[in-house]
Amino acid sequence: MERIRNISDLERIREQILKKRESEKIVLRTCISTGCRAQKSLKVVSALGSAIEEQGLQDTVKIRKTGCHGFCEMGPIMVVEPENIFYRKVRPEDVNEIISQLTEGGIVERLLWKDPVTKEHITSERELPIYKRQKKKVTYRSGRIDPADIEDYIAANGYSALGKALTFMSPAEVIGTVIASGLRGRGGGGFPAGVKWKMCSEAPSDIRYIIANGDEGDPGAFMDRSLMEGDPHSIIEGMIIGAYAIGARQGFIYVREEYPIAIEHLSIAIRQAEEYGILGNNILGSGCEFNIKIHRGAGAFVCGEETALIISIEGRSGTPRSRPPYPAIEGLWGKPTVINNVETFANIPLIISKGAEAYASVGTERSKGTKVFSLVGKVMNTGLIEVEMGTTLREIIFDIGGGIRKCKLFKAVQTGGPSGGCIPITKIDMPVDYDSLREAGAIMGSGGMIVMDGTSCMVDVARYFINFLMYESCGKCVPCREGLKQMHHILENICEGHGEEDDIKTLIELGQFMMTSSLCGLGSTAPNPVLSTIRHFRSEYESHIYDKKCFAGVCKNLFEYVIDAELCNGCALCRLKCPEGAISGKKKKPHSIDSSKCIKCGICFNSCKQEAILVR
Amino acid sequence: MDIQVIDSILEKYEYRHSDIIGIMQEVQHIENFLPEEALRYISRRMEISLTRIFDIVTFYKAFSLKPRGRHIIKICCGTTCHLGGAVQNLEQINRTLNIKDGGTTDDRMFSLETVNCLGACALAPVVVVGDEYYEAVNAGKIEKILSSYPQEEEK
Amino acid sequence: MKIPIIIDGRLVQVDQGTMIISAAKNAGIFIPTLCYHEALKPYGSCRLCIVEVIQNKQRRLVTSCNFPAEAGMEVFTDTTRVREIRKKIIELLLARCSEVPIVQTLAKRTGIETSGFKKRETKECILCGLCVRFCEEVVGVSAIGLSNRGTEREVSTPFKAPSDICIGCGSCTYICPTGCIEMVPDEKTPGMHSMKMGSPSLEPCPNDYKCEACDIEQQFVEEMKGAIIQFRSKFRKATEL
Repeated sequence: MERIRNISDLERIREQILKKRESEKIVLRTCISTGCRAQKSLKVVSALGSAIEEQGLQDTVKIRKTGCHGFCEMGPIMVVEPENIFYRKVRPEDVNEIISQLTEGGIVERLLWKDPVTKEHITSERELPIYKRQKKKVTYRSGRIDPADIEDYIAANGYSALGKALTFMSPAEVIGTVIASGLRGRGGGGFPAGVKWKMCSEAPSDIRYIIANGDEGDPGAFMDRSLMEGDPHSIIEGMIIGAYAIGARQGFIYVREEYPIAIEHLSIAIRQAEEYGILGNNILGSGCEFNIKIHRGAGAFVCGEETALIISIEGRSGTPRSRPPYPAIEGLWGKPTVINNVETFANIPLIISKGAEAYASVGTERSKGTKVFSLVGKVMNTGLIEVEMGTTLREIIFDIGGGIRKCKLFKAVQTGGPSGGCIPITKIDMPVDYDSLREAGAIMGSGGMIVMDGTSCMVDVARYFINFLMYESCGKCVPCREGLKQMHHILENICEGHGEEDDIKTLIELGQFMMTSSLCGLGSTAPNPVLSTIRHFRSEYESHIYDKKCFAGVCKNLFEYVIDAELCNGCALCRLKCPEGAISGKKKKPHSIDSSKCIKCGICFNSCKQEAILVR
Repeated sequence: MDIQVIDSILEKYEYRHSDIIGIMQEVQHIENFLPEEALRYISRRMEISLTRIFDIVTFYKAFSLKPRGRHIIKICCGTTCHLGGAVQNLEQINRTLNIKDGGTTDDRMFSLETVNCLGACALAPVVVVGDEYYEAVNAGKIEKILSSYPQEEEK
Repeated sequence: MKIPIIIDGRLVQVDQGTMIISAAKNAGIFIPTLCYHEALKPYGSCRLCIVEVIQNKQRRLVTSCNFPAEAGMEVFTDTTRVREIRKKIIELLLARCSEVPIVQTLAKRTGIETSGFKKRETKECILCGLCVRFCEEVVGVSAIGLSNRGTEREVSTPFKAPSDICIGCGSCTYICPTGCIEMVPDEKTPGMHSMKMGSPSLEPCPNDYKCEACDIEQQFVEEMKGAIIQFRSKFRKATEL
């Protein structure tokens, strides 16, 4: 491995790597990221290694351990190149068959993805409905390259944007390009990234810092996890370009500690970048000096807020501070600091390589480029998707997501995490962009999209988020700490059947107050889930408060499980599984539930194959 | 408390005050939790006020001042897992092991923690025991998962 | 450098960079606050000092304790919006600290009988952070601090144990607006007093919080200054050895 001293070295080394790989005949792209690893993909890799060795195929078949393919539910995932065959749920026992089919040019049909509606097997990765309609730009490499091998990144044109910026562009030109691209922060705020960089570069100081926010605290969002695990160099490249543009010599990547694999892959990437001379002194001969340190989170959602994140890096508890002054002017250790989300940085190399105009030709008027979303919940195809800004919710949920599971009905989609809101079916054709989402009472946030059906109770959703935020609030300011406490109390009462007449009014007033008076974004956006569910699902609140009923079957005191005698076939599965012995009945005869013993654990409801257990 | 190990961690971070969180994470990894005497020692050696250390250790939920079990059960309470039934899983563990969130079983086998989103949302509801991830867990599967542990040899 | 700003319709000349709350005070306009103190860095936690500001044609609500005055700024300290916000803050505090005299006084002054909020507690500490910040920034000892997070956030000594480093200056007791910190005899160091959170009796202020003209206040300040000087001279001697 040699140090890359300038842009021509980079080109030459890229050529060398590509030439070395010309002999690669068959490549097995196997995912070892969190989702697939949780489903034992490392054992699959190990079994593959042994099988290949046993059959002496080391020269023709190569295993490429990749990052996240985004379709985690189907893991462990393996894609056979060059045929682009997509295998899902691969187990170590399947390995021998896969290998033998490789040499014979065949396919293992039972490992192919099957469309649940048409029952058709799809062979090729690019034909899968979840991938077909995506516009993979930022996530293109993740799942294709080995994140622990910088040569994969270089072979895929990595660091050529850095070369271009450092060799042919001035820092001001880089900033100008980012501004012209229209790139808005991908972490949630949506502030124009280039403008932030400009503010920082103009703030008087000889020391500046760059921080990549990989805290991804929004529950239900894992885009950043996937990016950090699958394509860590794209973030590093974006950061170095940013450091060059604003004049920073030290950078940090803040990663939540719940993402150990992301931390591992980023550490390896940084180390390799240093070995190749991409980080350190005189980067690519530009005279630019830059180093990156990883800082691990320690279990505090509030540290995703930029001032709290900064204080955390300074070695204190993550309590946000008021702004002004803004971090771009006075940030880490009082110096001008640019903080952007990791996904924002991953967009930078694209902008520099393709140019601002090409980048801005994708997306809408005020929301340029693509966005990665985590589409989860009650859709058929769950996973990460990257689409052009302005794509409609309908297209995302029904075309890419495949519609609602188990033929249930769409009820709402929650976007933006705890700072966001719930959007009902009436807005299904709205474009997904920063401003439209805000108008609908939600926000883009980091990109979490949680789809809900009739089994989700919207009051419980509001209660869940307020609970979450109450636990995560730093506790410094009165509106957030005390406001969340009171909201929690009211929502708990409503869900337990003690709702009162004035509750909705109180929640609205308290919510509006918190929005204007809280110290930081956590408190000021905390009311969003409550206010948006009241706005779009008021009748559900009213049923809870006045009728004391939860039709979704979630709030335990407000519903009962009842067995429909006509649907029950007496298989006794529920009776055997019930932990409280609350179900009785004779074999092959309809069973019944004793509601005085029922603890509403839901085991019977989820086990009944006849769907004979109803919510009343 | 192993003073030599703590000293080596402090040296690795060059006694930098801003790295106090990273230092405490490494000490906890070795000691299984953060004993009061270790924190007092770190405060003295690094010349950081104990007040600041106590603030940090109680603010960030990754830290534990009490000894934890051999197997740490983490229940993901992210939105997708919540909607998938994480609460029922939590309650089932409460019933089966007789411990609450943050608690440890009397025989120090298991500790229970709730975490906010492990990023494996497509596999919801997720329960992690040690380094093992379990996907699509429901209350019925809990007993099976837990019973696979006492059979293990003491390591 | 002096710059002109308008506060409640009055044109005032202030030093560039002065926080709005000080600028207002100098102009004789009183903005309520619980967590602001001239000797400390602005904290922004009580939010009572929120005012409306028009700057660059933008009208916004900001906390006046940490928002610097800029030429041409227009400040409104007593609009309907501001009063509504203050009322809500006090209501929330009253729900948390229903027995604390200063909160009760503030409530009475704002026309609040009881809190409209249903979850009621009788905590003594309003979490203004004055004690902690004073001990860290002015006294330099950090014997008392904040711990836990969110609704569990509280002021305490490390491990809630009696402090080994408290110098008994009494600053925290003095600066605490609720009176819930008291000085107690220190077992380890005879003749010394150290602080303790949670006073059993919260006596209402005999002078209605008019500290500038108060004798008790003057005496307390003298005692506190004396204790700090004594401590510092001991410390200086120790470092010189």
